[in-house]
Amino acid sequence: MLKAIDLACVRGDRRLFANLGFNLEPGGRLHVTGENGSGKTSLLRILCGLSPPEAGEIHWQGEPIRTLGDEYRKAVLYLGHHNAIKEELTALENLRTTAALAGIAVENEEGTDVLARVGLAGREDLPVRFLSQGQKRRVALSRLLWSPAPLWILDEPFVALDTAAVSWLAEIVGAHLTRGGMAVLTSHQEVSIASGIEQFLRIAP
Amino acid sequence: MNNKIIHWFKFGSPQSFYPLAGKMIPWFWALAAIFCAAGLWVGFFVAPTDATQGEAYRIIFIHVPASWMSMFLYIVMACWAGIGLSLNTRLSSMMASAIAPTGAMFAFLSLWTGALWGKPMWGTWWVWDARLTSELILLFLYLGFMALQAAIDEPRRADKAGAILALVGVVNVPIIYFSVKWWNTLHQGASISMSKAPSMAITMLWGMLIMALAFWMYSIAVALQRARAIMLERERHTDWVKYAVE
Amino acid sequence: MKADALNPASSLAELGTLGVLVAVARRDLLLALRRKSEVMTVLFFFVIVVSLFPLGIGPEMGLLRTIAPGVLWVAALLAAMLSLNRLFAADYADGTLEQMVLSPAPLGLLVIGKILAHWLVTGLPLVLIAPVLGLQYDLDGRALGVLILSLLIGTPLLSLIGAIGAALTLGVRGGGVLLSLLTLPLYIPALIFGAGAVEADISGLGAAGHLSLLAALLALSCFFAPWATTAGLRIALE
Repeated sequence: MLKAIDLACVRGDRRLFANLGFNLEPGGRLHVTGENGSGKTSLLRILCGLSPPEAGEIHWQGEPIRTLGDEYRKAVLYLGHHNAIKEELTALENLRTTAALAGIAVENEEGTDVLARVGLAGREDLPVRFLSQGQKRRVALSRLLWSPAPLWILDEPFVALDTAAVSWLAEIVGAHLTRGGMAVLTSHQEVSIASGIEQFLRIAP
Repeated sequence: MNNKIIHWFKFGSPQSFYPLAGKMIPWFWALAAIFCAAGLWVGFFVAPTDATQGEAYRIIFIHVPASWMSMFLYIVMACWAGIGLSLNTRLSSMMASAIAPTGAMFAFLSLWTGALWGKPMWGTWWVWDARLTSELILLFLYLGFMALQAAIDEPRRADKAGAILALVGVVNVPIIYFSVKWWNTLHQGASISMSKAPSMAITMLWGMLIMALAFWMYSIAVALQRARAIMLERERHTDWVKYAVE
Repeated sequence: MKADALNPASSLAELGTLGVLVAVARRDLLLALRRKSEVMTVLFFFVIVVSLFPLGIGPEMGLLRTIAPGVLWVAALLAAMLSLNRLFAADYADGTLEQMVLSPAPLGLLVIGKILAHWLVTGLPLVLIAPVLGLQYDLDGRALGVLILSLLIGTPLLSLIGAIGAALTLGVRGGGVLLSLLTLPLYIPALIFGAGAVEADISGLGAAGHLSLLAALLALSCFFAPWATTAGLRIALE
């Protein structure tokens, strides 16, 4: 359902990659690997539609994402290096605002419940700046529990998580894939995700 | 460099346009020189002495065409930038960036000659009339465009951001001009106005038109030269540049 | 922590487009409330600048009355411009702007929500305190009324136009000063009509013409400014 055709990316004077293509079906998982600076993050941002590729096209369910616009954005959940949370707001406020931006209304009780599942029970009314790095990351990851988007694009999602959290996240991704979702992710760590058809994409200079 | 086929869109790439521009530049310089000579001759020898302003009015033959050029070039620049933004062509954006300094120069020239005209006429170096004030604001718009592009390191982002600014500017120029005119008439009345040129003899109009043409040819020549330099700098890692520079 | 295989989308309601706009505005207002110092500094800047002019020119009331509309409007302009940096910079730095661009809601709507919140926090206080400062310049009641009205129409206009510059200069070197260079020429029509309205009222000509032109500019920028701003934001995030 997600198809990349002949993608090329140029950053400054360097051509990061060219003729990059893949096909991702429901239940599929694409693991993007490569050295630091090889263009993994650039690829993910191109897949989101944030950056236009130097060449090539991306198709979602047969249509180019350029023409789909909002419809494609509805189907994508992107987690980048930034947590995309506001330090002055509480975890609960952050969750509800992030959901509102995606067009979803989350009530207080539902939000508290999600935060409990993420391991932040009792901390949902604390301004996020009082949380640890790992806890902030979990606030960011709480999106995965309420978002209906079928395509997850995750850039280094396991960073700043302890081992328990890593396996928790792996299970979440696995459950998503079992439900028919898709995931594109980059990771330096070796992570085993139980389900889903795995593809590897290595970006080499 | 082996394009024997003249295909219009071929020249949309810097690689093909570079040699074409190189061939065109000397012609435009020649035209500029011819028109300039003709215009200055008309301006200084053919046009009659003005009844009220004497000989000093002749600076109008530089001041007015410079004003026209500064406004015309802003519109041209905005068009190129807009094309570059919507069609995602690099060359169009390079043309816009190449035109900007020349447009700014003409705006400055217009202000400077305006001051030189004002002093013998009305005793002051500057007068806040509608045209001069609008010209000053136009200069700021040019400088803003150039500053924005200079501040952004990534060339494509600089192109696109500059394009947005130029398009916003082009929409605002009539608004600014109208508001400045409004401001001027309410405050000063019509006592001093550089927009009111001395009653035009036909020869005066011809002189200004010919000088405008001269400035236009000059602008094209200079813009093409600057565009070539931009092309070399931006594409310095490609093979054709290495070949062209040898 | 428990892993959960529940379908997350089962029980959640959708938010309408207006709801999204309100959510963005509320968020920004909440943030401003928790960082009150940023709001207050803009207000204090306005007050200080207005107080500088009599110190520089002399306390002669007749002269001050003449320059009052211009001074108050220029000070409001500069204060508005100072606050523009903060419109998108924080969101850009922590990644929330990226999420906004990726949101299925129209980006223009989100931008309007942000500008609305920005105006409520930086523009509206100027409108409210301007008449007090106008008294320092010996403006009479009616002129003060026109001043309030002109700023009420003008400050949203300044926020809208300023948002364009803020978007274009996101993350760019020399951001603040560059933003001023880009935005101030575009502010000039607002200044002319806004200050002109107060002057016209003082001189008895009636402010209606100026105010309607100012309102027309506001209407125009409500359409164009969000377009240019969203284009600028997308470019900044490429």
